[in-house]
Amino acid sequence: MSIIKIERKVLEKNDELASQNRGDLKNKNIFCVNILSSPGSGKTSIIERTIEHLKDDVKIAVIEGDVQTDIDAKRVEKYKVPVIQIVTNGGCHLDAKLVRDAMANLNFSDINFLVIENVGNLVCPAGYDLGEDCKVVILSTTEGDDKPLKYPKMFMNSEVLIINKTDLLPYVNSNIETLKTNALKINPNLTIFETSCSTGDGIDKWCNWLIDNVNK
Amino acid sequence: MHELSVAQNIVEILNENIAHYECSSVKTVLLEIGEYSGIIPDSLKFCFDSIKSDTPFGNAELKIKNIPFRMQCNACKSETGNNFGMRICEKCGGHDTEIISGTEMKITDVEIDTL
Repeated sequence: MSIIKIERKVLEKNDELASQNRGDLKNKNIFCVNILSSPGSGKTSIIERTIEHLKDDVKIAVIEGDVQTDIDAKRVEKYKVPVIQIVTNGGCHLDAKLVRDAMANLNFSDINFLVIENVGNLVCPAGYDLGEDCKVVILSTTEGDDKPLKYPKMFMNSEVLIINKTDLLPYVNSNIETLKTNALKINPNLTIFETSCSTGDGIDKWCNWLIDNVNK
Repeated sequence: MHELSVAQNIVEILNENIAHYECSSVKTVLLEIGEYSGIIPDSLKFCFDSIKSDTPFGNAELKIKNIPFRMQCNACKSETGNNFGMRICEKCGGHDTEIISGTEMKITDVEIDTL
């Protein structure tokens, strides 16, 4: 029996492609966010509100990731921004290769902000670097204030937390202060925004943060 | 659920690294998997075993070393990490910590039968 030393990261292929994506985006001065959450937390709604708010200031393109259908791409298309739908056919996350292939179909000269909407899943997408500048995790108030503790990796790996559906707080058992405390226990460096896509509350603060980063 | 695509990555890395050996002689693939890598070791083994018969490494078994989550406090320098991934120093309560281990996902060694 002999032992061969390998010392290779299992996801090295993904990481290589992610750093190529990151390099290409950086060369074109494009700020890129990877939006992550459970299904139904409001990723697409946040993207819609964000486009409404920013479309005069920022040139946006969107890559949509879903297990099936182009429902989200059709929603985003109505806002007259370039959108590409990735259908994973069962895959539980986007990877850097899927995003690279999608990026090949984008006209980079027309954009300075790329939004990637990941597959709705609070577990698997956390492990895959896509080449984004930052991961933004959305947690809606209806999901419960304990989720950061139960799904720590997603919150550990994200730079931004958006607490969405704040208009529903009076009707659910979630306590927003407990939710924030739990999230900060897992990642004390999280930047936190509170939004409601129904009332529009808090969208301006999130968008101001985005503009600052796009213009950096 | 993404253990299957991770298992496929392992097969690719094996293909690249040990193609010049007799592949059927690969006995064990040693991995280090962190507590917060997002991988369930048993599930990864199950996925690898499910796909290995279609690869040149049909006799290989995964052997997984679990790496515990540890962090170091930048204030008091204590090393802790027993509280479900919470980034709060268990000694001084400080919030400024660095992760030392527990996010790994790598192949370290491959054992080959050299008869």
